Amino acid sequence: MSKIIVDEQYLEIIEGTNLLQACLENNIYIPNLCYLKERKEKNASCRLCFVEIEGMPKPVTSCTLDVEDGMVVRTDTPAVRRLQRTAFQLLMSVHEVDCAHCPANKKCELQKIARFLKLGLKPKGLDHSLRELETDHDHPFLEYFPHRCVLCGKCIYVCKKRNGRPYLTFAGRGLDTQISFFGDKDPLKLPCAECLACTLICPVAAIIAKTDT
Amino acid sequence: MSKKTHLDESSNLFAQEEAMLNDIRCRLKDYSAERRDLIPILQMIQEKYAYIAPITIQMVSDHLNIGACEVYSVASFYNQFKFNPPGKHPVKVCMGTACHVKGGDIILENFERKLEIKEGKTTPDREFSIERVACVGCCALAPVVVIGETVHGNMAPSKVEGLILGFQIEKEKQARLKEKQARLKEKRDADENGN
Repeated sequence: MSKIIVDEQYLEIIEGTNLLQACLENNIYIPNLCYLKERKEKNASCRLCFVEIEGMPKPVTSCTLDVEDGMVVRTDTPAVRRLQRTAFQLLMSVHEVDCAHCPANKKCELQKIARFLKLGLKPKGLDHSLRELETDHDHPFLEYFPHRCVLCGKCIYVCKKRNGRPYLTFAGRGLDTQISFFGDKDPLKLPCAECLACTLICPVAAIIAKTDT
Repeated sequence: MSKKTHLDESSNLFAQEEAMLNDIRCRLKDYSAERRDLIPILQMIQEKYAYIAPITIQMVSDHLNIGACEVYSVASFYNQFKFNPPGKHPVKVCMGTACHVKGGDIILENFERKLEIKEGKTTPDREFSIERVACVGCCALAPVVVIGETVHGNMAPSKVEGLILGFQIEKEKQARLKEKQARLKEKRDADENGN
């Protein structure tokens, strides 16, 4: 067991536990979108789970650190909040905010994070621009909404884990990145009808089953 | 154009595609079935056929035994891989600094509107494709468009339609010439048979 201090709370954690995981399990919320406990190589792509640790010069992403004895962690310093707010606003600047018509409404991670960071859903000071993307809608079971997607990559991970190889993937690059279902669309060859793991893991309902539309 | 030649053209395209698939199938044998060969394979196809068709992606994924979407993910990441066959007259609109300042984007927009395709796409008859390129090396002529091998300098939005029309007229002329020759040949054959 290693003793750490998080926001002045003393915690006893099994050494080697993921720091973000340890905080979440002890009811210390740190905003996060792309973290998955079982994923070995953390994406650290959402840039929301920053914390400050004594002895480290800059805030660090908590999902990429393991607990070490004697760690002193702060989750709510001004530097951390600034980074989180900026990252969140950048995410929202390309997000279609239409909660009333979104199936994730009220259970959406983005709404939860906005409330936690005391931010509106529409970013202030940033242009709001939806990306111009060409998206295929010919998947027999799944529907993808690129303007809801936060590109956390959880769906790709769970799909690969469940089915041995992914049936969906990132396509494109930079601002044009989106999830693609490229491949054989024969309903009999796709495991999607019974699986739907990607729709369950998606934090923002960017992928939903066609029957739900 | 008569219906017959149109049919000929589409069956011709089909035969071309079949030949391409067979050729790629043969070439794939030179590559191992390991993931590290994915990009070399894609580069081979791109170099040989100037585009990567969805059906060839399927073929590559079967060869490497990975998901088709994984192949697409890699291929779509790199600008060097195209997914549309190039047109007979590829239109390259320069977006280098000088051309950009002189309104290259307006020229691009004009081509997109006139040909009714977006940048990176090919017209359904495979006559034209539009591509944006960085500097072609003659900034003094900005804005520049390169169609096929010909450089068109000092472009203006008003010149776009004329250029496209020129190619269409040329094509019709060729078709008429071909028809004339065919008629002549037919006539000659008939004469010979008569004798």
